[in-house]
Amino acid sequence: MTSFIGYGADPRIRFTECLPWLAAIAVFFLLPDYLSLGARILTYILFALSLDLILGYAGIVTLGHSAFFGFGAYVAGILSAKLGVTDPLLLLAAAAAMAGALGVATGAVILRTHGLTQLMLTLAIAAVCLEIAHKATPITGGADGLSGVTIAPIFGAFKFDLFGRTAYLWCLTILFASWWLTRRIIYSPFGATLAGIRENRVRMHAIGVPVYRRLLTAYAISAMIAGVAGALLAETNQFVGLNVLGFEPSGELMVMLILGGVGRLYGAFVGPLVYLIAQDFLAKQFPEYWYFGIGLMLVLVVLFARGGILGLADALVARWRKLK
Amino acid sequence: MEVFLPSLVSIAFHGVAYGMILYVISVGLSVTMGLMGFVNLAHGAFAMAGGYVLTSAITRLGLSFPPALVLAFIVVAAVSVLLERWLYSRLYDAGELEQVLFTIGLIFMAVAAAQVVFGMLQQPVLLPDYLKGRVSLLGRDFPLYRLFIIVASSVIIAALWFGVERTLWGAMVRAAVDNRAMAQSIGINTRRLFTITFALGSGLAGLGGALGAEIIAIQPTYPFEHLVYFLIVVSVGGLGSLRGPFAAALLIGVSDTACKYWLPEFGAFFIYVATIVLLLWRPAGLFGRRL
Repeated sequence: MTSFIGYGADPRIRFTECLPWLAAIAVFFLLPDYLSLGARILTYILFALSLDLILGYAGIVTLGHSAFFGFGAYVAGILSAKLGVTDPLLLLAAAAAMAGALGVATGAVILRTHGLTQLMLTLAIAAVCLEIAHKATPITGGADGLSGVTIAPIFGAFKFDLFGRTAYLWCLTILFASWWLTRRIIYSPFGATLAGIRENRVRMHAIGVPVYRRLLTAYAISAMIAGVAGALLAETNQFVGLNVLGFEPSGELMVMLILGGVGRLYGAFVGPLVYLIAQDFLAKQFPEYWYFGIGLMLVLVVLFARGGILGLADALVARWRKLK
Repeated sequence: MEVFLPSLVSIAFHGVAYGMILYVISVGLSVTMGLMGFVNLAHGAFAMAGGYVLTSAITRLGLSFPPALVLAFIVVAAVSVLLERWLYSRLYDAGELEQVLFTIGLIFMAVAAAQVVFGMLQQPVLLPDYLKGRVSLLGRDFPLYRLFIIVASSVIIAALWFGVERTLWGAMVRAAVDNRAMAQSIGINTRRLFTITFALGSGLAGLGGALGAEIIAIQPTYPFEHLVYFLIVVSVGGLGSLRGPFAAALLIGVSDTACKYWLPEFGAFFIYVATIVLLLWRPAGLFGRRL
């Protein structure tokens, strides 16, 4: 557990941290057929990033993070389909504000509890959101989903095209901005208090950190980012379905993050990438075996490789250095 | 009033039957969580397994209903012993996150396995003739099988309570829940106690799943769909408590039935909201101690 990046580490951007962005730009030029999958992956990376902030850094175990993702998606979708707001940036901002407000409201409640009660509350809140989206058919479209989402060109200039090129670059831009923000947070003293709370809550209390307020702030920021991710999904798909809410998307997101590595910032990049590409290739051909494989992988990661893919990579690098 | 009273009776009846099943399934979860502090989200998978054992024992092996029920208990308990010894026990000291992830992984595997073996469709429950038919109670007709569920669950619950509150084994379990280190130091083999209790709890879940297969449909998504309900029973009832979850299960069974009867357009909305409010009011559950 030595490779946690955070406050106290050198905050300059290292060479390896540029690689994901170079790779993303290379994909844009080299693999034009996979851009819609690419946009999906970028969206989920953003979503995973938001979970990493509270799960990996602040240590809040939640089973209901999809509430914010889904809420953001529905806010953007409803504003566009029912109220005629079509500016993509405005939709993202609205989704961020609303999801952030939901984050403050629910965080104020769940962060007062801990353990099973907290887990249960996050799950119940996500379930309530799903139930509302399911039953409020006139507004949300219910089980049929919300269609008719129209999105104006970005800044009035870049239209969302059929090949997903605009969508891809748009997702990449938003992800880059959010990554920069998250990275700043993690390297800041605020980020250090979060990690401190994760490691030893009582001691942080003792040295005078307002634990509850710090956690609430982190929770709200995370909710905002998740809301933006949801709104991005709504914009690029021009459709919002019930599958963005509930326990299953939360669980799936957790799987992605664990697969990549929790509390490492870039685990949120690697996990969704591997998961969604594998899903694209395997899930359609062998749906049952796919789920079995996911479950098996989760069990194996927990038992043998707690750091996920990046943790394994770190261990390999360390061993290689030792051999030399 | 003419319509209201009979519907109240009907809701109470179906609600109690549902609540009983919820309790039989969830009580094992409450005890194992209280005893070992293990967050076992995969508990519903044991209940589903019990349901599948029952239906396939009847349709494929040609067993009659009562032995199939017993078989459901035995098979699930036996499988859970293996799982506990090999897998769960490795994670007793791990954090909450690891336990949550591990058991979610188990759910995924159980769901996928059920899909491959039994297909997506709901399993039909073939009831024996003597459990079909209807009985009339307070001027309304009720399916006989629901009455059987209530009676059978009551017997199981009475046996369980007697076991935990009146036998030496029960005293050891209660001692270990209260203070594991102390129980260990006066010579209780807590390791073995865990395994036995876990097997019993899982077996009961299997039995509950089998018994309630007609109320809670046996299909591959079972462990996901009903997870929230089992967790609500446990967290509202209070961890490690025996009677708390019983009250919670009945409460949820009746109010869920009532909501679905009177306000179907709201679905399970009220149950979730009530749970949130209750847990805010009493974070350790209605009858729980601060752990």
